[in-house]
Amino acid sequence: MSDVKISGLHKHFGAVHVLKGIDLEIPTGEFTVLVGPSGCGKSTLLRTIAGLEEVEQGEITISGQRMNDVRPRDRNIAMVFQNYALYPYLNVFENIAFGLRARKMPESEIKERVTSAAEMLGITGLLERFPRQLSGGQRQRVAIGRAIVRKAQLFLFDEPLSNLDAQLRDEMRGEIKKLHQTIDVTMIYVTHDQIEAMTLADRIVLMREGRIEQVGAPLDLYERPATHFVAGFLGSPKINFVHGEVLISGSEQVLRLVDGETISLPAIASTWPKNIILGIRPQYLGLASESRSPDDVRFSRIIDLIQPTGSRTYITVKLGGRDLVAEIESTSRGNVGDVLDLSFNRLNALFFDPATGRAL
Amino acid sequence: MVILGRYLLALSVLIFFVFPIYWLFAISFKTPEEIFHFPPVWYPQKIQFANYWVLFKDGDATSVWNSFILAGSSTIIAMILGTICAYSLVRFKTGGENFAVWIISQRLMPPIAIIFPIFLLYVFFGWVDSYGGLILLYTAFNLPYVIWMMRGYIEDIPIELEESALVDGCSRWAVLWKVVFPMARAGLFATAVFTFVFAWNEFIFALVLSRTEVTTYTVQVTHYFGGQSNFWAKIAAMSVLGTVPVFITVATLQRFLVRGISMGAVKG
Repeated sequence: MSDVKISGLHKHFGAVHVLKGIDLEIPTGEFTVLVGPSGCGKSTLLRTIAGLEEVEQGEITISGQRMNDVRPRDRNIAMVFQNYALYPYLNVFENIAFGLRARKMPESEIKERVTSAAEMLGITGLLERFPRQLSGGQRQRVAIGRAIVRKAQLFLFDEPLSNLDAQLRDEMRGEIKKLHQTIDVTMIYVTHDQIEAMTLADRIVLMREGRIEQVGAPLDLYERPATHFVAGFLGSPKINFVHGEVLISGSEQVLRLVDGETISLPAIASTWPKNIILGIRPQYLGLASESRSPDDVRFSRIIDLIQPTGSRTYITVKLGGRDLVAEIESTSRGNVGDVLDLSFNRLNALFFDPATGRAL
Repeated sequence: MVILGRYLLALSVLIFFVFPIYWLFAISFKTPEEIFHFPPVWYPQKIQFANYWVLFKDGDATSVWNSFILAGSSTIIAMILGTICAYSLVRFKTGGENFAVWIISQRLMPPIAIIFPIFLLYVFFGWVDSYGGLILLYTAFNLPYVIWMMRGYIEDIPIELEESALVDGCSRWAVLWKVVFPMARAGLFATAVFTFVFAWNEFIFALVLSRTEVTTYTVQVTHYFGGQSNFWAKIAAMSVLGTVPVFITVATLQRFLVRGISMGAVKG
């Protein structure tokens, strides 16, 4: 068990500035997910923690010990790779035992640790097989087993599920979460998949272009995104963004959308910039109900597209010249071309400054 | 009819290529009368080993042993050094991107161009007619080839395998031993075979730099070409002695040359 502290971390690959000053603290025992689009530097950050990339500037400490010049093998970490990284010439038992043998552990303890890890992962029957005889899911279990037996203080996962098909990915995701609850070590997990990040993380570190955009609990990031980018990255289907202009008439502030629709805004709007972005998540945008609350914003639109998913149905309409997705009960019926009365509570809406991208 | 024609064509090509080898083996078992008989005796009437016996009796056969020591030692040394160099080139970009091309360019130089300076150098150091001298030279000549070949094989090893080993507790040397060598096994053997064959068949340096102590079989064969006559029986027997060990070596190592050994390492 250990905590990780990163301060002022910079990294270049040639002329590309990959990490632009990362400051991050990862508390003991927490499951932290580094998430962001491709090329945001999340994998590089993980590999730097592992010692596979050199620290150019800044500092990394694990359990209070400075790690900048410590070799990967002396950091007491275990890492699971995207491509499993199993040795094809060794059977499953030897693959799992590899790290223990490298550390010259007595044979009896190796056997005991490998056996118990195999039981935990349900691969006891596969120990004699070779990697080529295993399915993708089994290979990833072996790779995780190799990390477990090490009893390391810190687990690193580099997109471990991205090579699996959707169903297996859901299954393994659950197993990794269970694993964290069982062995209770600090885990850092890299993914580009926001669903994985939301479901697994105690804390999400959302990265963009070599910087940390926001750190927090999954629901905090979802409900109170610090920036336009965070709001857009998390959530499926994506949050709806509508550009508009703040108009002040007397004591009332309204947002006028490109197509002329107006939405009344809370009082603080007087300090906002003239042009803003309104963000409303599809789940908060629904069919207008009979009972009307004063914070409701209502409008009628023609249905452009209907996408049923079973439990919920996604309806696409146009607002402010943009596609707007509403998530409604599957029981409600409607056809493309019908006019639909929609509403959202403006207290659920998010507002962003288009110039800085920051939430208002 | 077409099929029959193809078989006949294939058969004639086969005979064209195999016949000289057959003839070499046949002569080595013939008596002197059979060798010079006209019309030719197509196969020896009776298998007799007199031609071989004389090689062993005179001690000429030790030249095969010499060749074996020289080719074997230089192959082992070149493989070890070359693989380490290749690893360094691939993973640490030692010497920059184009250094590997410069290394292989050393192999383009015809040996004859430098044989005289090397001879003088060897005389100066007293290395002529010694195992060490020729092993050093063959190693030097094979290194660029080994580095170039192994570089390609090492580049094909998924880097995650090495990184995983580094995190799991291996030093760089342990990674080389426990990951790179097993992963590049097919490539190691293929390269070793070619390296061995090159040293085994080498003639010019062996001729110039050996006298009586470390005569190789290639040089030994030339001793049977005389001004008055050629000892065809000895030439044939010696050539067979020189061919068989390589043949056996390659045949033995062939099972290591299988492809697909790296299947299942990573998602592919």
